[in-house]
Amino acid sequence: MPATHARKFVSADPNKCVGCAVCEYACSMVKEKTYNPTKSRIRTVRLNPFANLAVTCRLCEDPPCVAACPRDALTQSEETGIIMVDEDACNGCGWCIEACDYGAVMLHPETKVVYICDLCQDQGKPQCIEWCPEGALELVTTDILAQKARRSIVRKLFQEAMKAVPV
Amino acid sequence: MSYAGKTLHIDLTSGKVETKPLNMELAKEFIGGIGLGMRLLFDHSKPGTDPFSPKNPMIFVTGPLSGTMAPSAGNSYAVVSKSPATGGIAESKAHGFFGADLKRAGYDAVIITGKSEKLIYVFIDDDSVQLMDAERLKGKSSHETEEAIKEELGDYYVRVMSIGEAGEKLVRVACALNDEFRAIGRTGMGAVMGSKNLKAVAVRGTKDVNVANLEEFKEFIKMIHERMKGPKTRKYRTLGTPENVLVLNALAALPTRNFTQATFEGAEKVSGEYLNERYIKKIIGCATCGMRCDHIAFVPEGPYKGTTARVEFECLWALGPNCGVDHLDAVIEAISQCNYYGLDGISTGVIVGFAMDCYEHGLLTKKDTEGLDLRFGNPEALVEMVKRIGSRKGWLGDVLAEGTMRAAEKIGKGAVKYANHIKGLELPGYDLRGLKTAALGFAVSFRGACHLRSGAYSPDVKGSVDRFKLEKGRGKIVMDLEDQYNVIDSLILCKFSRGVYYDGLKDMAKYYTLATGIKMTAEKLILAGERINNIARLFNIREGKGTREYDTLPPKIMTVPIPDEGIAKGSCVNQKEFDVGLDDYYEVRGWTKDGIPTVEKLNELGLNDFAYIVKGKIEKSKKGAK
Ligand code: SF4
Ligand code: SF4
Repeated sequence: MPATHARKFVSADPNKCVGCAVCEYACSMVKEKTYNPTKSRIRTVRLNPFANLAVTCRLCEDPPCVAACPRDALTQSEETGIIMVDEDACNGCGWCIEACDYGAVMLHPETKVVYICDLCQDQGKPQCIEWCPEGALELVTTDILAQKARRSIVRKLFQEAMKAVPV
Repeated sequence: MSYAGKTLHIDLTSGKVETKPLNMELAKEFIGGIGLGMRLLFDHSKPGTDPFSPKNPMIFVTGPLSGTMAPSAGNSYAVVSKSPATGGIAESKAHGFFGADLKRAGYDAVIITGKSEKLIYVFIDDDSVQLMDAERLKGKSSHETEEAIKEELGDYYVRVMSIGEAGEKLVRVACALNDEFRAIGRTGMGAVMGSKNLKAVAVRGTKDVNVANLEEFKEFIKMIHERMKGPKTRKYRTLGTPENVLVLNALAALPTRNFTQATFEGAEKVSGEYLNERYIKKIIGCATCGMRCDHIAFVPEGPYKGTTARVEFECLWALGPNCGVDHLDAVIEAISQCNYYGLDGISTGVIVGFAMDCYEHGLLTKKDTEGLDLRFGNPEALVEMVKRIGSRKGWLGDVLAEGTMRAAEKIGKGAVKYANHIKGLELPGYDLRGLKTAALGFAVSFRGACHLRSGAYSPDVKGSVDRFKLEKGRGKIVMDLEDQYNVIDSLILCKFSRGVYYDGLKDMAKYYTLATGIKMTAEKLILAGERINNIARLFNIREGKGTREYDTLPPKIMTVPIPDEGIAKGSCVNQKEFDVGLDDYYEVRGWTKDGIPTVEKLNELGLNDFAYIVKGKIEKSKKGAK
């Protein structure tokens, strides 16, 4: 079993995401063979023109969605961290939807069981990442996210320092 | 198959709602968007209907690509009606998110007629259509309305298109906005909504939109996405259309102070370069479109601190250089006020410029302006006038809310000299005195003065013709561009993306076929474009506005030579060359000298049914010629 912190998930960079929903269309195209963002496993949010972000499953370390299911319909893959849905066991009650802080679990409008991002396992890699025209989506680990945050804060600090003490 | 196959009919007077199958023959001939909309307008309107009459239909149309993943075309819709500004055909398109939901709700067109007793909004929720009370939204801006409706319906993914106070008060240049700042901008569609007591249309579409050939369609859009990263869209992705400010200024083609000069000494201060450096905080995109072009400005300090608006060249020009204002803070504020009241920013800027011109020439006094110092270049006066027009406040606000054509008549005293409109629609930001292919193109445009009916400024600006001359041959250039643009507006591709169709109409025909499964060729498409131009002309003729005497240029363009020192000095359009241009254009179009399509032309285009409109007129004009 790989270390849990190695699990990868799709994350959008808030500075790059422009809210175009191409990822939603790509998701429905690949997974559902149609164009319909209401069947996408990744969803965009635009709070105002400056605040845009696509959100999907973050493959939590201790997934509350799994814990919330009273019918044991959800399990987390030990290998990949992906949340797997037992479609026969799921009755669409929505406890997991409520448990997920990211709105990443949704009830499928037709099958009426829940569906969650599975990193396009059948495609080799997540297709939203392939299609995002802004390169805003990345397959990351929590380690990588932490690294990125560190680098960006240090860059910012040095910018300020440079302004204060001209070299 | 990407047509929904259905049209929705809503009568606001009786509350009756019904659906009908889409007439596929019409869809094939008129594509969708403005083409299909204009064809449907004939079936649903009677000659001589007042634009504000309940009988004037307002037709929302999606395109064959709406709802698909087609970059830019996937998110679009058009509105067609009779224009309260021109009394002729009205059409306008918008992108964003609304159009995709309208298609997913299952409609190729929604035809709204009648008039509600109270202010309402229509909620289209897939198959269910409800008329909802909107009295409490009276006077609210589009943005406020959108938020309130989402709140009321408890769904933040509902898409809303709505009007502000200007539309409610029948300001003839009122627009409608969807998704906060995307506009059905031109030809006064907001006022038509207002006349129906229709505050908004909200839509939630959850159905699948399928294309005929998914695999090849996917490859095609992948290619379009790649091309969108390339040189053909560079401008829209970087500085955006405000790049035009310095480009046109260098050509002495940047109309300044209501077309008094053609260069602006303050151009640098309102340039795309300055705007991007100082104000643009984020560039965002519409649904399905990887190009992203919406330049969102934020005013960092001063009296307008915190104001946010999407800024494009046209509104920036109209409210900036055209009013002599070189203060970007105020221009951004004025744009945001246009959005607040729901005003077409181009027309509004040109109206304010006109009023300033009248004021400078003593046709309007401080008494008329209620103390406002309405001279060119006064940023506060600009912002105040926008508000007054948007709310019809005071005598002047009310008069100007009628648009330049009617306002000039009301003001009298020769104000028509300063009125810059064609057919009642205000001019966009190209100085036609030194861009003469554009002058012809704007004059013959069926919706009035418009840069987007043919883009006829482009050969002038690119230098592929002598822009200071109007000569034989320009008619063909204008016609070809018009027909192409009609196709673009019927597929409802965003014009910012027009450069990525490297094979032009061939690419577009393929696109259409992959989505609809209907065989299409470049030849058939361009023929459809011609058909659409002719049907628009027929509508205008039916309404008594479609003949030669309506294909005009404003007095300033014809009589006041460009005064600025330099390349363009002394240029203006004279009657003789203008007549040469019109004759040439009518000839290539197969129209009479009076600008009326001949019966043969109509037969050729499969428009035989409409021959009744031209028959009497052609005989009359022949008699007149004798
Ligand atoms: S495709 Fe990329 S930029 Fe567009 S909404 Fe999705 S993550 Fe954001
Ligand atoms: S669905 Fe939500 S709660 Fe479950 S693993 Fe994904 S992000 Fe975590």
